[in-house]
Amino acid sequence: MRLLTHNMLSSNIRGVVNGFPLKIEAVKVVEKSVDMNTDFLKNMFEKIEWKAFVEASVSMGYTELPEEADSSMLDSDEFLSRFHHALLELHLEEGVLVCPETGRRFPVSKGIPNMLLHEDEV
Amino acid sequence: MASRPERVAPPEIFYDDTEARKYTSSSRIIDIQASLSERALELLALPEDGVPKLLLDIGCGSGLSGETLSEEGHHWIGLDISPSMLNIAVEREVEGDLLLSDMGQGLGLRPGIIDGAISISAVQWLCNADRSSHNPRLRLKAFFTSLYRCLANGAKAVFQVYPENDDQRELILSAAMQAGFAGGIVVDFPHSSKKRKEFIVLACGQQSMGASLSKGKTEDEMGLSDGREDQTQVRFSDRHRPLKKQRKNDKSGKGKGKDWILRKKEQMRRRGNDVPLDTKYTGRKRKGRF
Repeated sequence: MRLLTHNMLSSNIRGVVNGFPLKIEAVKVVEKSVDMNTDFLKNMFEKIEWKAFVEASVSMGYTELPEEADSSMLDSDEFLSRFHHALLELHLEEGVLVCPETGRRFPVSKGIPNMLLHEDEV
Repeated sequence: MASRPERVAPPEIFYDDTEARKYTSSSRIIDIQASLSERALELLALPEDGVPKLLLDIGCGSGLSGETLSEEGHHWIGLDISPSMLNIAVEREVEGDLLLSDMGQGLGLRPGIIDGAISISAVQWLCNADRSSHNPRLRLKAFFTSLYRCLANGAKAVFQVYPENDDQRELILSAAMQAGFAGGIVVDFPHSSKKRKEFIVLACGQQSMGASLSKGKTEDEMGLSDGREDQTQVRFSDRHRPLKKQRKNDKSGKGKGKDWILRKKEQMRRRGNDVPLDTKYTGRKRKGRF
């Protein structure tokens, strides 16, 4: 699972008011390089929750992202390549996603988070 | 005709390791899934600005449909309830991110972030109650409301479905409408029982007023899929099928009634044929073999 997806995921448990962002406990992170598309990055930048994104990338072991970002930084190639790397090239293979409100743990195995809720959580 | 998978077992049990592998190695299924995904993408009518979009593949299974999305250069997030199917997707090294989740529990995605959603042969599974705790209506509601929320402004959702009957169609469509979606059904090859495919095309409320619904493909014409036609009406499912079923039932049921007999005799008289008079014995039930 890449940080692109993690930034979109929210805990769906009944009664949870703000299930975003899920805290990452990384056990195994893999890097897979992929071609950069500037248009896509600029598009995605509007949708990304930056603070959660930086927090998540730090828990995956990547600390090169600036704490805050605004759209003017998209002109810098340096920034774009770091954004691209964190967004699309880091994969969480094994680990856990933790709901910020309930502490419920969603295991991640083979890169696939198990988001299935139990009967009493629906 | 083989029984429907939905009648055999819940999806996470039906699609076990063996079935998942069979499904993914059948070239026929691969071809069908590819063409369905291409058609769904066509109906999605994404803006052709060359910018890759973030799409959702609901019920992505082993990633057959997701591959079509990757081929067009889009990024996608796939959801499926069967671990076996997802494992095969991992084996095939699909480019999208995969989530093991149940769409009837809600999608669990942030609002307004998805540029489009497709689903190939999956949404009809929501109509079955696979557990005693399942209520199809509630599951459909959870699915459609969470989908509506996570779609960006102007984004569409296209689902290729295999509804068992009109009740299921109604169930799915009304749940979608209640969540705020507008749209309708596009039917390709409505008259061929083998080739017939149904696509539910949904758009978020306001944007779709005045938006058109694509024409379904038929045997004669190439499917016109440009979303800019001037139709404003919503198409409903092909009416021919239900009628066909009705006619069949009439014959095998009570047989041709007295009304039918009287009408036919009148028709014959008008043509000038010699027809016996209508009496109290006309169309009377006979006792057994006579």
